[in-house]
Amino acid sequence: MNIKKYQPVIGLEVHVELKTKSKMFCGCSADHFGQKPNTHTCPVCLGLPGALPVPNKKAIDWCIMIGLALNCKIPLFSKFDRKNYFYPDLAKGYQISQYDEPFCQKGFIELSNGKKIGITRVHMEEDTAKLMHQFGNQKSKIKNQNDEGYSLIDFNRSGVPLVEIVTEPDFENAKEVVEYLKKLQQIVRYLNVSDADMEKGNMRLEPNISLTTNNKLPIYKVEVKNINSFRFVEKAIEYEIKRQTESLKEGKIPVQETRGWDEDKQKTVTQRVKEEANDYRYFPEPDIPPIRLSELQITNYKLQIKELPDAKLIRFIKSYNLSQYDAEILTRQIGLANYFEESVKVGKPHQISLKQIANTIINKKIDIKNILPAQLIKNIISSQKTDDIGEDKLREIINKVMKENSKAVEDYKSGHENAIMFLVGQVMRNSKQKLDANKVKEKLKKVLQ
Amino acid sequence: MNLNSLTIKEAKVGLKNKKFSSVELTKACLEQIKKYNKDLNVFITVTEKEALDSAKKADELILSGQDLPLLGIPIALKDLFLTKGIKTTAASNVLKDYIPQYDATVVKKLKDAGAVILGKTNLDAWAHGSSGENSDFGPTKNPWNKDYVPGGSSSGSAAALTADMCIASTGTDTAGSIRLPASFNNIVGLKPTYGRVSRYGIVAMASSLDSIGHFTKTVEDSALFFNVTAGKDPMDATTLEKEYTAKPLNKIKIGVDPDFLSKSLEIETLNLLAKAYNVFKNDLEIEDFIPDVSLSHQEYGIACYYIIQPAEVSSNLARYDGIRYGLRRANFGDEAKRRIMLGTYTLSAGYYDTYYKRAMQVRTLIKQDFDTAFKKVDAIIAPVSPTPPWKLGEKINDPLKMYLSDKFTVTANLAGIPGLSIPIGFTSKGLPVGLQILGPHFSEELLFKIGCAYEQATKNEIWRKLKPKL
Repeated sequence: MNIKKYQPVIGLEVHVELKTKSKMFCGCSADHFGQKPNTHTCPVCLGLPGALPVPNKKAIDWCIMIGLALNCKIPLFSKFDRKNYFYPDLAKGYQISQYDEPFCQKGFIELSNGKKIGITRVHMEEDTAKLMHQFGNQKSKIKNQNDEGYSLIDFNRSGVPLVEIVTEPDFENAKEVVEYLKKLQQIVRYLNVSDADMEKGNMRLEPNISLTTNNKLPIYKVEVKNINSFRFVEKAIEYEIKRQTESLKEGKIPVQETRGWDEDKQKTVTQRVKEEANDYRYFPEPDIPPIRLSELQITNYKLQIKELPDAKLIRFIKSYNLSQYDAEILTRQIGLANYFEESVKVGKPHQISLKQIANTIINKKIDIKNILPAQLIKNIISSQKTDDIGEDKLREIINKVMKENSKAVEDYKSGHENAIMFLVGQVMRNSKQKLDANKVKEKLKKVLQ
Repeated sequence: MNLNSLTIKEAKVGLKNKKFSSVELTKACLEQIKKYNKDLNVFITVTEKEALDSAKKADELILSGQDLPLLGIPIALKDLFLTKGIKTTAASNVLKDYIPQYDATVVKKLKDAGAVILGKTNLDAWAHGSSGENSDFGPTKNPWNKDYVPGGSSSGSAAALTADMCIASTGTDTAGSIRLPASFNNIVGLKPTYGRVSRYGIVAMASSLDSIGHFTKTVEDSALFFNVTAGKDPMDATTLEKEYTAKPLNKIKIGVDPDFLSKSLEIETLNLLAKAYNVFKNDLEIEDFIPDVSLSHQEYGIACYYIIQPAEVSSNLARYDGIRYGLRRANFGDEAKRRIMLGTYTLSAGYYDTYYKRAMQVRTLIKQDFDTAFKKVDAIIAPVSPTPPWKLGEKINDPLKMYLSDKFTVTANLAGIPGLSIPIGFTSKGLPVGLQILGPHFSEELLFKIGCAYEQATKNEIWRKLKPKL
């Protein structure tokens, strides 16, 4: 019996919205989330007659830094190209993007299983406007001939800088994809170039999913759009793999198309059929001179990149003798990592142990925005301070507690070791002070002998 | 004396010496427009009220002793230049009621220099044309003979100036659209170096070829006007500035490509050119006149241009979808549609390498021709049009024939070099003929020097006193 083993072949396209002050090709504010529609616009991002694009240098800097953080090569010559197509959210009728000479090429990300995911390219482009659809048969304020519904266009997002990161089709399962996304998100946040928040739309993902057998090249490709949160990445990919598997088992090759993830129905649905690649009639953008970099400039970019998550993790484990688990938590966000290291520095002269600091930060969910490292150390120190109420007083309280909690005393004496902790707690409570728990425990043990 | 027949220089002197006011000067131009615009179809929009308001303000400034380069001087703008609050149509039905929300950089500069804007002139719609006949609002007629074309695409701006409706006017030159109408109207036209004058706020035709220039009555006026419009603009990433000092005349070598003269030039044009060449050779006291400077890829200019330009046009016109402004695409004229289709085709998958990429490579060769030539000479003089102005309707049914009228002017756009078109006389039918002076990038100062010298050497020639019978 010939059981076909279908191997998933998955590639990823991720768009990251840069948090620059201005848009990619004009001086409008790039802050569009939640803003009143069409309030951050100008002739350039509205595609008015005569308007011309002027590239945002910071955006290009940040794109190159993302590429370097992903181990890419940075060619000395790069240019923008026009990607021509019509859609109401594309003001000029073309998107300024990069076609064959992107800023960054041929990098990789290493997963925890040692596998390297190839990064084909990292390039810059501009975002489109946002469309909002009002479907028909609604009482609309805007007079519409047949009340067929209408669409509104908000150009606040038009021209916002996007970095597109494309991988080789190296993923074999959904878990790898999720790990990659988390790593990519972390890197981009470390660089402080994007909030990379899927729910807010500043990190967008489009997996290409195919199945193949015997390591042959897949003969079709399905693109999945509209995955808007981390929770659904794994679900959507696994659904799609299952759908394609079933199709192939029935002897049907899945249609080459773009599908959308339907959150409500928890499945992918057909969006539009891609018979062949769209002809975007790419040609070099004549309004923007090409970008020529020097080796020195690339070196400077490299110097600007501070320690990245993987390196920080290794260093934290080594230098601070932390467990992998603790180190991962502390390095998850750069803000927290810096806070930890600052606290260690402040705590050193007071002989506060690393472990204490780590535990406090991890377990007590410290509000690192409002409690400075110095304050944290102060808190730890004071929490360690215990009161000494004197032997007699202690003996007095112990007797009281033992009298009031005879069951617990019984339990302890009959072999339940843990009952003593209850008694310790009671002593502490009765004293209304902060006693040294270990001291109390030792005392109790002696008395209960 | 007709105030509206003054040059910029003369007008400035007159205003300064309080011989007349800007309001009077402006009124003289407006009168001329009122008289002859209907017949010649020069202006699409006349901004009488705004012009008189500006003139009044200019007079106040002049009175208080202020001096700006164009203070109080009435000018006309080709209707591709966006003017805030003033209808800007590109001579197309798509934009027939479009009112821009901003001024082009050049418009701002001209206003800041004190210029008085009379209105927006007619053109071939979207700058697509060499005769003015592709306007959606009817062709402009040549003031020298109303049966003939004024040349295009800056047809209205050229006609306005030669008909004394303004003291100067603006235009754009993508394959000769300033130099050709200048030569057809007995006026001076400058196509600057690509990137020296900002394109921001001017309806784009072909982004890598468009050059923003102007028409004046004298070469000196042209230099004055250029000083106002030139300069790096943060809104246009393709602008730049570079230091350049022109050599003195007696150290200048002028060259000629002999092929230009043999390439089926119309006979009267040929004769006038030969006469002009002799002036350059013998009367200007230049260092040397070199008659055999070869531009070997010149003959591929039109073919190269008519692949690159429509490609860029097809992309630049995509924004006119009627959603945010303007009317729907069905309102594009035939020539616009023709170029959109051509351009889309040459860029499409499977054809890009054969057409667009190859044309860009030929373009490099054409540019290199000039680079090589300018090592041998400092400037080149050449014909502008292979023929004198033709009759209205003569070439309109043969687009290819029309395209070939650009064959001498197009290579300057492909190479990005500047060109100055100057009048050299009239045919026996009384139609103007011009010649162009071409120089390396940033050499406008040199072109002005040579042009001025030619003007001086020929200032007493009888034809210089001719005026169009309107």
